Amino acid sequence: MTPIPPHPPETAQTLNLTINGRQVSAQAGETILEAARANDIFIPTLCFLEGLSAQGSCRLCMVEIAGSAKLHPACVTRIQEGMEVTTETERLRDYRRNIIELLFSERNHVCAVCVASGHCELQDLASELGVDHISFPCRYPTLAVDASHRRFVLDHNRCILCTRCVRVCAEIEGAHTWDVKNRGIRSLIMADFDAPWGDSETCTGCGKCVHVCPTGALFEKGLAVAEMRKQRPALPTLVANRATEQR
Amino acid sequence: MKKLRFATLWLDGCSGCHMSLLDLDQRLLDLADMVDFVYSPLVDVKIFPEGVDVACVEGAVSSAEDEEKLRMVRRRTGLLIALGDCAVTGNIPAMRNVLGGQKILQGVYLEREHLNAQIPASHLPALNEHALPLHRFVPVDFFIPGCPPSADTLFAALGALVAGRAVDLPALTRFGA
Repeated sequence: MTPIPPHPPETAQTLNLTINGRQVSAQAGETILEAARANDIFIPTLCFLEGLSAQGSCRLCMVEIAGSAKLHPACVTRIQEGMEVTTETERLRDYRRNIIELLFSERNHVCAVCVASGHCELQDLASELGVDHISFPCRYPTLAVDASHRRFVLDHNRCILCTRCVRVCAEIEGAHTWDVKNRGIRSLIMADFDAPWGDSETCTGCGKCVHVCPTGALFEKGLAVAEMRKQRPALPTLVANRATEQR
Repeated sequence: MKKLRFATLWLDGCSGCHMSLLDLDQRLLDLADMVDFVYSPLVDVKIFPEGVDVACVEGAVSSAEDEEKLRMVRRRTGLLIALGDCAVTGNIPAMRNVLGGQKILQGVYLEREHLNAQIPASHLPALNEHALPLHRFVPVDFFIPGCPPSADTLFAALGALVAGRAVDLPALTRFGA
């Protein structure tokens, strides 16, 4: 996971491009997603979270670029002069719906009994993209719920492997308690060297992972259906304040 | 104008979606002006008739009997609507799918019951290994997610259907709503 290097300020050069036919300008080094958001153009995202390194794994932010047959992830693609970006086409909408449906089919997402219902980015995106059923057969895997931590629970049934928890713990909290074990369809989030979360020697109990988690995979103990309100921490502010303190 | 022949069916669900239909309260009279209720757990008709225009099906398919009913309803109905999350995704009944039908019966009826533990079998359809959404068995024309979809959602959806208007369902309901 390579963080995108910070934008070099000395080469702060303004580039012009079009997004959905609209002329926009942004600084060289910015990504298509940053340029779009700065101009109030919505591109759906799931693994991306402002303040964390972008890894482009969920593929929801795929966009079309004129002159290129393939699709490009907006969160890790830098803008170029004269670029013509399209963020909404029938092809992109179909792919995005497919991604959401595949995520639902892969594990056991039961919104009706989920702590995060009503505050879940997967549920919201299904609604926004018009996913009203799952066309793929669901897998119904048998997955564990790790409730060994004093305050928090990890429910693998709801995990979409966005790795926001891994990144926030490593990059912001500096503990790197979380990582991913196994590969492909068998991938799972794990604490330390695959310890029960409650036995983790590195976890500081800060709860950042819980609040950046887009679904009900990480939640606070003692909450019932729809009660887990995620408070997304203002990560860029947090990081900026820390840099000042270190001087 | 001839009224639409309207039916509802209740498979493996909690009847919450039918309760939402009852929650229409005085708007049930408006619904009765729009459609003829020809079959439903809420009306006293025993046999699902031929030539139904619109059928709303609540619940997942959990047994061969459910599947048979659903296929019969599909044959006799113009527009089939999956009503609520159980019909749309499997939802709560499908939570047992990680264990399978037999294991869940054992867990509920044998392992937790100390007096005369037995799995009820007579006059009951055998449970399938998986509870599955309707569209795994028959083509479904519309999906109304929600657990349950609210009375307002149902009224808006059915009203739009009868009037031939488009309706923005995602704005009204979602999975788990």
